[in-house]
Amino acid sequence: MAPSAPSINSTMSSRMATARPSSYRHKSEKRGMTYNIMLVGQAGLGRRTFLNTLCERAVIASPEAPNPETANVADPMKFDTYEVAMEEEGTRISLTVIDTPGFGDGLDNTSCFKQLQDYIEAQFDEVLVEESRVKRNRRYRDHRIHVLVYFIAPTGHSLRELDIELIRRLGEYVNIIPVIGRADSFTVEELDAFRANVMRDIVYYKLPVYNFCWDETDSEALVENREIMDHIPFSVVTCDEVFDNEYGSVRIRRYPWGTIEIDDEAQCDFALLRYILLNSHIADLINYTEDMLYENYRTKKLEVGGYGENDEEEDDDEEEQALGASKKQDKSKAAAIADTDGGGDVLGKFDSGFDN
Amino acid sequence: MSAPANDSQDYVGFDTITQQMERKFLKRGFNFNVILVGESGMGKSTLVNSIFSSHLVDSQGRRTAQEVIRKTTEISPVTQTLEENGVRVRLTIIDTPGFGDQCNNEGCWVPVIKYIKDQHAAYLERELKPQRDRVINDTRVHACLYFLNPGSRGLRPLDVEVLKRLTEVTNVIPVIAKSDSMTVEERTVFKRRIKEELVFHRIAVYPYPSEEDGEEDRLLNSSIRDLVPFAVVGSEEIIDVNGTPVRGRRHGWGVINIFDEAHSDFVHLRNFMLRTHLSDLIEVTSQRHYEQFRTSQLRQIKELRAQQAAAAASGGIMGSMPQQAPPQVPAIHQSMA
Repeated sequence: MAPSAPSINSTMSSRMATARPSSYRHKSEKRGMTYNIMLVGQAGLGRRTFLNTLCERAVIASPEAPNPETANVADPMKFDTYEVAMEEEGTRISLTVIDTPGFGDGLDNTSCFKQLQDYIEAQFDEVLVEESRVKRNRRYRDHRIHVLVYFIAPTGHSLRELDIELIRRLGEYVNIIPVIGRADSFTVEELDAFRANVMRDIVYYKLPVYNFCWDETDSEALVENREIMDHIPFSVVTCDEVFDNEYGSVRIRRYPWGTIEIDDEAQCDFALLRYILLNSHIADLINYTEDMLYENYRTKKLEVGGYGENDEEEDDDEEEQALGASKKQDKSKAAAIADTDGGGDVLGKFDSGFDN
Repeated sequence: MSAPANDSQDYVGFDTITQQMERKFLKRGFNFNVILVGESGMGKSTLVNSIFSSHLVDSQGRRTAQEVIRKTTEISPVTQTLEENGVRVRLTIIDTPGFGDQCNNEGCWVPVIKYIKDQHAAYLERELKPQRDRVINDTRVHACLYFLNPGSRGLRPLDVEVLKRLTEVTNVIPVIAKSDSMTVEERTVFKRRIKEELVFHRIAVYPYPSEEDGEEDRLLNSSIRDLVPFAVVGSEEIIDVNGTPVRGRRHGWGVINIFDEAHSDFVHLRNFMLRTHLSDLIEVTSQRHYEQFRTSQLRQIKELRAQQAAAAASGGIMGSMPQQAPPQVPAIHQSMA
């Protein structure tokens, strides 16, 4: 594979030239691209099996049956991290998946959004600090979330309040790809109708889901990306059974009335989504996170901290201190807003000029 | 000693009371009230329409972007009269749109419990009137279909809170309505977990064991209890399967026939609710839930009167307290809600 045009070899994070199936990729690290996916959704929508099916191995084991006593006590939301070394079409990926069990499962779920936002911002802050060190850490690993896969319940109606709030609040920090969990509860007509309802909501509420067509310079990719966007939200059915027939192994889900093949693109979007996440759009997702989402965050952060163009000349420690202070300031501001506002409009604080 | 033949002189004929009752019943008809409790999108309207084989209720879920998202649980009753072989039923289906649909669901059950108690209160009020109707229009809720979320590993915190309260005021029948996304194995595991959790939290779902039950009833009830929660699939569509019309759902990988016992518990649920336990549901509502309500209400009235009498006797210190006429049931009920 010939190396592509100038691609900066950075020890801090992997910067890739935009990769498409037909173009070349340039690897910068032996252990593979650093890639972080976050999975968010209520219990029962298939997050765990999605992860296992995506990585093609049992990354998360089936949890033991919990005690009956714990049924009425919701666990607080956790961040469970799983590291998987993957290889896709010759490219090594050092994949980290962050699962968030407990999201939306309690009686009062309004604090979940802030927790997610804090987590994502913390990863940005880490990079911010790292970037400004005089002596950078060679072994630094980037934990910024490159894509958040959000599981919507197959209600058949429109988005729920939980869905709208989540996308609204987190869309400026992370690429959000909405998917329909347990999509095998829909017939084809119902799926189309539900997709249309969800898309109408996304437009009406101006929800910042990941825009596959953000890079308008590549016209060939634009056509492909527009087609991809027709599938949003992606229908996902995941399986726990692999069946061997004469054509090889097939991933299935078996019902009394028939068997669904997970990889059959006519039956669900899992195969397409997997290809997008791990092959065709991995570079896009990483690039957008680094070049747009992170940069916007950084700019705001430094502006709030009162820094202009001269920060590079400042001392390491002083800057870290100041960043720490502005971080606290931000957090208390956000907390104050969240308190008074019951949650809806934290975005009002950020007058971001960019469209997602 | 076997009964004498009908034409013999020893035949008394009191066994015809069943036909006499039937004739009265046919003339009068009866009320049947069912409340549906569950988040939107669980398949409540479709299931109820399937059970009664007619389009009784419209789904109240939000389908357009312009509709406002509900902030509270609404109570929306719809009454229709159905007739089958001369028997008329005034069927009221009470839907609860907004239940469990917000980010913060604390207290979303309050309007539901209040509605159920209000019906008991209204009945009590009419019963206590000096001049009361011959037949009181029964709006009490006879059955509550509680919709569980398929795919959850068991009861969720919301389910536990709501079921505890619902089972105290009405007959609760737990169902999983969109069970076509669960494999047979997943269903079995789920049902077992739910049963364990119901037992643990001492949540008593219908049918209740009773000493009056004969052997046959006990067997039937225990086979019903084995099925709980009913894993059903509802459908209002008739689809064509090789020339045969089938009420079901057509997926890309197969056709579900809701009447097929291998596919879903729909037939069992329908038979249970309507063919075997219909009159029991109505009777148990009256004898168990209504009686409990009535007892606690009347006790409260009695205590209140005793307090008033004591206050009046001790020199009218609390003379400013308003006199309450006997059937002030709703007022007291509100203070205990």
